[in-house]
Amino acid sequence: MKRLKLVPDNTNLPFARYASLAVGLSVVVMVASIVLLFTRGLNFGIDFEGGTVIEIATKGPADIAGLRAHLSGLGIGEVQLQKFGDDNNVLIRIGAAHDGSSTDDQGQIVVQKVKDALGTTVEYRRIESVGPQVSGELIRSATMAVLVAVALMFVYIWFRFEWQFGLGAVLSIFHDVLATIGVFSLFQLEFNLTTIAALLTIVGYSMNDTVVVFDRMRENLRKYKKMELRELIDLSINETLSRTIMTSVTTLIALIALFVFGGEVIRSFTFAMIFGIVIGTYSSIYVAAPVLIWIGVKREWGTTSLGRGKAEKKA
Amino acid sequence: MLHFERWKIALIALVTLAGIFFTAPNFLPKGALSGLSFLPQKQINLGLDLRGGSYMLLQVDTASVSRDRLQQLVNDVRKTLRKENVLYTGLGVNGDAVTVRISNPEDVEKSTKAIRDLSSVVTANLLSGGLPARDLDVATSGGLITVKLTETAKIARAQSAIQQSMEIVRRRIDELGTTEPVIQQQGADRILVQVPGLDDPQRLKKLLGQTAKLNFRLVDSSTTAQQALATHNIPAGSEVLYMTEDPTRPLLVQRRVMVGGDSLVDAQPGFDSRSGEPIVSFRFDSTGARLFGEVTRDNVGKPFAIVLDDKVISAPVIREPILGGTGQISGNFTVQQANDLAILLRAGALPAPLNILEERTVGPGLGADSIRAGTIASIIGSVAVIIFMIAAYGLFGVFANLALLVNVVLIMGVLSMLQATLTLPGIAGIVLTIGTAVDANVLIYERIREEIRSGKSVIAAIEAGYNRALAPIIDANITHFISAAVLFELGSGPVRGFAVTLAIGVVTSVFTAVTVNRLIVATWVRRRRPKLLVL
Repeated sequence: MKRLKLVPDNTNLPFARYASLAVGLSVVVMVASIVLLFTRGLNFGIDFEGGTVIEIATKGPADIAGLRAHLSGLGIGEVQLQKFGDDNNVLIRIGAAHDGSSTDDQGQIVVQKVKDALGTTVEYRRIESVGPQVSGELIRSATMAVLVAVALMFVYIWFRFEWQFGLGAVLSIFHDVLATIGVFSLFQLEFNLTTIAALLTIVGYSMNDTVVVFDRMRENLRKYKKMELRELIDLSINETLSRTIMTSVTTLIALIALFVFGGEVIRSFTFAMIFGIVIGTYSSIYVAAPVLIWIGVKREWGTTSLGRGKAEKKA
Repeated sequence: MLHFERWKIALIALVTLAGIFFTAPNFLPKGALSGLSFLPQKQINLGLDLRGGSYMLLQVDTASVSRDRLQQLVNDVRKTLRKENVLYTGLGVNGDAVTVRISNPEDVEKSTKAIRDLSSVVTANLLSGGLPARDLDVATSGGLITVKLTETAKIARAQSAIQQSMEIVRRRIDELGTTEPVIQQQGADRILVQVPGLDDPQRLKKLLGQTAKLNFRLVDSSTTAQQALATHNIPAGSEVLYMTEDPTRPLLVQRRVMVGGDSLVDAQPGFDSRSGEPIVSFRFDSTGARLFGEVTRDNVGKPFAIVLDDKVISAPVIREPILGGTGQISGNFTVQQANDLAILLRAGALPAPLNILEERTVGPGLGADSIRAGTIASIIGSVAVIIFMIAAYGLFGVFANLALLVNVVLIMGVLSMLQATLTLPGIAGIVLTIGTAVDANVLIYERIREEIRSGKSVIAAIEAGYNRALAPIIDANITHFISAAVLFELGSGPVRGFAVTLAIGVVTSVFTAVTVNRLIVATWVRRRRPKLLVL
């Protein structure tokens, strides 16, 4: 039986040769992301900005203009309306006041007013309201979570390998997270708690990929003690390339099924993960590895196959 | 590699069977399940985003507890100083303290002592390590006496306010007759409420949003409220309150409470026998009944006010002494309003107002849609991955798929067993796990391919593949697990559900890839003894 092979056997692609180019590209992407973040900013969802979201289903196709006219007269601040998935589903978003006058029970007043205005002619599919106190806390804990995750990854890689590997891994995570945030800023996709969940998943996935390449590098460092580092990195990436691509493809297959069939509620969540998987695969080859070329790694590895870098240091 | 010890095979079979055993109940309707008593009765716990329901984060306004206490302290100080025959000026709440200026210098010491005697002993478990402490801090400078609540007192009061609030919230929600509500304390002053499958979340919010402090007071008839407001001359000991029905209509009501809502033992909705309008009938306990009897006896012909949360529901005239300890409240209620008021009165008053900090309500329609979409996406995703694995690895792809199947069964089994909550992002986590779970097998198979290319025999290559792939599998999955753990700490509700399935998926996928799959491959190799492996 003919096997599907995404990557031919014994590839010998000169990854390291294009490392400078790729790093240049990555730096551009990262800088662009930071610039976007400061100029365009992020389209924060109510989790982080406070406010109210009400998803309604109307009987028959929704009359957005009519609804807008109806709701904007309520004096509840800026009202955004958009179709959500189906033709008769509408997402109503009411922002929290930005002048600091917003109180914790404001959301409840807004919900009540909208419900009074629309009555029982529509189905209320979802109501979410987050007060300023909680949204502030969520921002803090989300930022903490991402930082803690990155720090833990660094420590773990450091223990299992060497600090140079840890640094390479952390830089690649940083790259992935920043690029994903950049895309969210560029397209003004809603950035909310599930986006953070997606980011942390990307962190885990990107590390997964990086670790597999690192593991092979460590093995090859023991096997070919005299091989030049560039060559050795190329060899390791080529040897694991088939696996890297296969795993990315199976993960992407699963995620695309979710993106297409999983419903509107988690669409931006799955989008973030799809983007993250692609960029994470790229970065484990073109960010993590070049860092090692530059800062170098120690060459005197022991011969035990599962030993820890730390333990062998003194030997 | 080929040799699996018996106990290992038994263990793998046992774990797999346990997974099936705990997963099975999920495929049976509840009714059929209770008939099959040999099966566990636990089904996967669906999150509010899937089954529909309300999630609410409430904050107990503990500051108002301290404010109430200070207000009460003012009254106590007034009484005390009167009893001691001390002249004073400027008694009132000043910031977070009660201050009073004693007119006569020789009274200062006596007054200070008397006020100090007002304090009682409190215990706050957290801060003072359980040591009892005084609740008042009395300081004197010149003729000015400042009374403050001690930190211990504030904490003790806040704690008991939260405990009490939780109890009352629980009683009010129980009255709604919903199944399995979750009511938990969160942090220092918050209450998390999760109520699944509610038809009218607005009603829940109304029930929780009211303090429901009920009391009966006499109406001050010395002047009218309009006059008092116009002349800015509100008699001491009285205050202007407004009617619930008509918030523009003021009424002058004595501050002194005849009987409080805490004397109620029962409240039931009903209909007035003459007018037929909805009312709430109530019954006092014996003390309340006696007090109410005395006051009504002394004030026949005068109006009294029924006050709920500083609004007057109604102000009927006392026609005759009410001695039986029962009565009824009418106030142009709808049936539902009468019903809800009865619930509130039965459940008791909250010690402090509750603020809704966060609300997430999902209607049953959206929940059902999400379950459907999640199921379809999972099935399509799994089938696509399964086909891809067979296309890429042939028979070994089938082996990997068998391991994948066991993996999904184990995830569902663990979810059912632990009663962890499955949310929509949680379903996404399972689908993601299906995508990444084959990673371990991909690592192994790719390694076997390499070993074969380097000239090893089939069996040696397989052996080496499993052994050498183990380190990266473990490393890669630990990093996944770390991010799931961090996510679990961060998240609440749906996001936490994602972290749970991700973490469970990491553990089960390592198990299935390195044991179940290996066992299948080993059995196959032992039976067939292949000379050539096309992988």
